[in-house]
Amino acid sequence: MIYRARVFGDDINTDYIIASRRKRDSLDPAVLRRYLFEEIAPEFAASVEPGDVIVAGKNFGCGSAMEVAVTAVLGAGIHVVLARGFARTYYRNAVNNGLLPVICDTTGITEGDRLRLEADRVWNENTGSRIACEPLPEVMRKIIDEGGLVAYFRRYGGFEAP
Amino acid sequence: MAGKTISEKILSAKSGRDARAGDVVISRVDCALGTDGSTPMALDYFEQMGGERVRDPQRVVFALDHYAPPPSRQTALLHQRMRAFASQHDIEVWDVGEGIGHQLMVERGRALPGGLAVGADSHAVTYGALNTFATGIGSSDLAAILISGEIWLRVPQSIRITLNGTLAPGVYPKDVALALAKELGADGANYQALEFAGAGVCTLDLEDRLVIANFAIEMGAKNGIFPADEKTFAYLGGRKDEPVEADAGASYSREIRIDLDRLTPMVALPHTPDRGMDVAQAPGIAAQMVYLGTCTGGRVRDYHQALGVLRAGGGVAPGVQLVVTPASRQVLETLTRDGSLAELIAMGAVIQTPGCGSCCGTCGAIPGDGVNVISTANRNFKGRMGNGAASIYLASPATCAASAVRGVITDPREITG
Repeated sequence: MIYRARVFGDDINTDYIIASRRKRDSLDPAVLRRYLFEEIAPEFAASVEPGDVIVAGKNFGCGSAMEVAVTAVLGAGIHVVLARGFARTYYRNAVNNGLLPVICDTTGITEGDRLRLEADRVWNENTGSRIACEPLPEVMRKIIDEGGLVAYFRRYGGFEAP
Repeated sequence: MAGKTISEKILSAKSGRDARAGDVVISRVDCALGTDGSTPMALDYFEQMGGERVRDPQRVVFALDHYAPPPSRQTALLHQRMRAFASQHDIEVWDVGEGIGHQLMVERGRALPGGLAVGADSHAVTYGALNTFATGIGSSDLAAILISGEIWLRVPQSIRITLNGTLAPGVYPKDVALALAKELGADGANYQALEFAGAGVCTLDLEDRLVIANFAIEMGAKNGIFPADEKTFAYLGGRKDEPVEADAGASYSREIRIDLDRLTPMVALPHTPDRGMDVAQAPGIAAQMVYLGTCTGGRVRDYHQALGVLRAGGGVAPGVQLVVTPASRQVLETLTRDGSLAELIAMGAVIQTPGCGSCCGTCGAIPGDGVNVISTANRNFKGRMGNGAASIYLASPATCAASAVRGVITDPREITG
């Protein structure tokens, strides 16, 4: 699968991903996706296509722990976020919802680059470069592999002894 | 075997294994807070996960604080849904007007020394002031806790923050928090714990430590934790406590030393909390709205500090809107009894329902376009208070009050002398 890079900068907080006030009217990802990044990239929501991935700098998803900042991204059909680093709550919520958070050096990736993902690396087809990425710890990998905590709990009924 | 940090010791006790930084452990939760910002979604997850009963309802509490009171039909329905679920499963609800969940966790003894308390809201880190391992979680985590009573956690490395000396007059714990955020940066403590230590800790009262612990998340920290001492036990009265100390040989990723005596009043510029600078160096920035409230700066002591400056300065400047949102009903009651509330009202303050208020634009007063707000809150992201065309500055209650007096962001020492 070839992904298309949609590039953002450093310190993209959850209010920039989806404004807190939007939660008042709906929690439905299919509705919230319309307001994705509205404060900082008003044209983004309407231009998302299948196969887009978010590519960000450091500290992606900082600020609030609100989970809609993950589900709204999934609602837009985006299943992967590559960043130099994630805020811990965002990373956590991503794992729990089956949105794959990939920590890697994103500095050489530019808007529209075509990316191919493998287990421990990302290939940038536009530049021909290979970027190493950090592997997920076991517990998190299992949750992601199940598709998130909902599927995990449906299957196991709770946390298994690790 | 090497010694352990406070966080490693608490997570070892709660997971029943020898937990070290970097391990991922499944831990039993002593108390989990759900707010109206996060719980409705958790109830969706609960259903999707096939949840039927709540494993340990006594260890869960719901707070209706973000939409207090509900500004719309939709948010009123969220509250109805939470009350119905809580009633069905025997979960305690802190209803509209009781206050911010984080403040109530502390006031009502739900977070205790040596315990593991989580909140489905990032400012759950606040209870670290009480020697609790306290961290923010998501709605799916809360659903998993409802079902299993447990959570997965990566054991954080710790940064040791050594505090020395005492704060000078006019300088407050919020200035410590802003200085620390400036030093570490918005992600400087990502995935890590802040462990406070040093002779300066005992000079800070519990209410002061709450302000600093609350800010841990603004540096990306998983938690910020203080040692417990006589002040902790006095604050908790007769409540049960099992304090945890760091071992002598514990390992830290780094150490930061802060001399409290050297700190000066700070203000964080828009739009991130780590953009702190000395207020004295801030060029004359007009402020049209002053906000006193939130889980950082909405406690009794904060209002007393603000009032001291407002009195000395002769009240609020024309054209400045002063908005007050006490962190809890108990705070509001105290301010009512001691006359502070009447004084604030006489100065023209708008008083809002105890709760999150205007902090994240979910209810209450919203600033207009081009308005500069100076606030006792913890976040100043663009759009945070409900209008992306406003600019938010963060400072101590005293600096906010001084800015209300002048209509310009002002060092409180200029007014109190």
